[in-house]
Amino acid sequence: MSNTIIKIEDVSKQYRLGVVGTGTLSHDLNRFFAKIRGKEDPTRKVGVSNKLNTVEGDYVWALRDINLEVGDGEVLGIVGKNGAGKSTLLKLLSRVTAPTTGTIKVKGRIASLLEVGTGFHPELTGKENIYLNGAILGMTKKEIDSKYEEIIDFSGVKKYAGTPVKRYSSGMYVRLAFAVAAHLEPEILIVDEVLAVGDAEFQKKAIGKMQSVSRSGRTVLFVSHNLTAVEQLCTRGVLMQNGTLVMDGKIHDITSAYKKMSVDENQLKRSGTRVFEIQEYKMMDLDGKPCDEVFLGDDFKVTIRARANEQIDLSDMTLDIRNDSNEFIAHITNADDLFYVKDVPKRGEVMVEIQVKDICLAPGTYYASVWLGNSYGTFDYIENCIRFSIKQGENLIKRPYPFDKRAKVVLASKWNLI
Amino acid sequence: MSTTQAEVLKNQLPENWNMVIRPKRNLLDVNLKELWQYRDLIVLFVKRDFVAKYKQTILGPIWFIIQPLLTTLMFTIVFGNIAGIPTEGIPKILFYLTGIVGWTYFSTCLNDTSQTFIKNASIFGKVYFPRLALPISVVISNLVSFVIQFVFLLCFLAYFMIMGSDIAPNINVLLIPFLVILIAGLGLGFGIIISSLTTKYRDLTHLVTFGVTLWMYATPIIYPLSEIPEKYKFWIIANPMTPVVETFKTAMLGVGEVNYAYLLYSVVFTIVTLALGIVIFNKVEKTFMDTV
Repeated sequence: MSNTIIKIEDVSKQYRLGVVGTGTLSHDLNRFFAKIRGKEDPTRKVGVSNKLNTVEGDYVWALRDINLEVGDGEVLGIVGKNGAGKSTLLKLLSRVTAPTTGTIKVKGRIASLLEVGTGFHPELTGKENIYLNGAILGMTKKEIDSKYEEIIDFSGVKKYAGTPVKRYSSGMYVRLAFAVAAHLEPEILIVDEVLAVGDAEFQKKAIGKMQSVSRSGRTVLFVSHNLTAVEQLCTRGVLMQNGTLVMDGKIHDITSAYKKMSVDENQLKRSGTRVFEIQEYKMMDLDGKPCDEVFLGDDFKVTIRARANEQIDLSDMTLDIRNDSNEFIAHITNADDLFYVKDVPKRGEVMVEIQVKDICLAPGTYYASVWLGNSYGTFDYIENCIRFSIKQGENLIKRPYPFDKRAKVVLASKWNLI
Repeated sequence: MSTTQAEVLKNQLPENWNMVIRPKRNLLDVNLKELWQYRDLIVLFVKRDFVAKYKQTILGPIWFIIQPLLTTLMFTIVFGNIAGIPTEGIPKILFYLTGIVGWTYFSTCLNDTSQTFIKNASIFGKVYFPRLALPISVVISNLVSFVIQFVFLLCFLAYFMIMGSDIAPNINVLLIPFLVILIAGLGLGFGIIISSLTTKYRDLTHLVTFGVTLWMYATPIIYPLSEIPEKYKFWIIANPMTPVVETFKTAMLGVGEVNYAYLLYSVVFTIVTLALGIVIFNKVEKTFMDTV
């Protein structure tokens, strides 16, 4: 990359576990004596990677050997589970703390938004806080002067600019804080989860602002668990796991790898009395071949094999479909087809096939949950156990460009000139 | 070409990085230029401290005057009237007030800056700016209250002079701005050393509060230096605040005389403390978030 703006070389960060502050004097002395005897530092354990639940020793590597280059104008999304080291990386970049090894080289001014409203003082008025917060984030007074009107307009709290912020509602507070942050003009902007604030309308405004920032040619590093926002804003992504970079590529490849990782790693959540127990579930196409991809407008089948542990009616069965933001999209139930299984004997097995017709959900990734029960309770419920994706194809809609990500369902339409 | 040669060549390539983040930096690599770039922030911190302190109080900035005044009255009663410590012929109230105004600036500087890292951990953990901006802003905002108290002291001085007391402010008053810088430097120096150490050893916070009070008794505030028995004199003068306070009193009240050798000692002490403080602070600020 010729126009590299951030270059991270072999960066690692080590943290001490436990109650920091107690025993540090003895650790220091220990280290000191080891040093003067020419021995290795006894408190440093190398080679322990960051597995949050299986830690050996008192120290943990929050980041191991990170190498990353970011080009000028790139909008890089950093995804990974909690504890993967995303925030630590951002902290190092924003110089809140220093790396244990390695170097980070940067061209240009960095502004970091690890939080909105850093340094807001409750007793100061909205206007005074804009100046204070702006200065903390690295603006000069002159810069804030020239942007003040814009900031206060964007925040929508103009009427209250002279009121101490302790009298603000939490929404107003957050909007004001974000407004200041959004008007920073550094070459590099580092953003951590700050979009998760405010109401839906404000979030839209915030994402829009972020998009215009990234379009203006500035380099943005963005961490969020909101994959939709990441996909909207970023072009390139990196996936982090246990303190290392495991993948680097186009943002959609990264987010889908991340989603896959979360399904694989999360143990399936299962609950119920198991009076009726699910033995097997499968998704297939109409020819009976197992599949995890369907085209818009196609049909698919789900088969469920279940066993009764006592004699019972199987009166309620459902298949719930959620999208990758865990929004409830569809509820499919046996009652819709007046289908019931009566009097299953003890140890009897049933095999049920559910045909879903003319699927018209927006292209994307979905998860189906299987539920068996009756009106008194749950027999067996396995959450998000079937993962499948829907592709656009040409069966239902023929548009030659990708489906708009904002829409959740697809409605086929006929167009005529009359 | 061996790999080491290749690496050397690579490192020599002209790359105009304007910031390099490394694990440890040189002890003496203090970035004062950057601090200057953040001068607006320092001004805003001063304003914040000033505004926030007296919002929603009825008396507001009058508190700046009430504090030294009540302390002076208390000292006058306890040390002047009950204990009967002489004040070199100066009206007791004036004698104590002069010492207290000077000392208060020092003690507030030291107390407030010594909590820099602990009190501001939440800001420091989220955003970078030169950390020295905060203790410096504390020293400046305390300077504002010092100036108010100093003006108040001048009023008292004028009153007693009109009433015919034997007080003689003299040419040494020209030294006062210099003394103020010494007080600020000494308070800041000790303050940032302590704040750097408290990130790891929290015990020091307990020590500071009463340590500063004890220190006051080792400084000629409630007694004149001339009253000290010879065998203690060395230790009282070894206290770097002693020459400063003595010179301040001499300039304002005209008793005693300025000992330039002692004053020079204070200057050297201040410079060393401040330099040491900045070096330690600079080293700690990079990683204190991991231990605080």
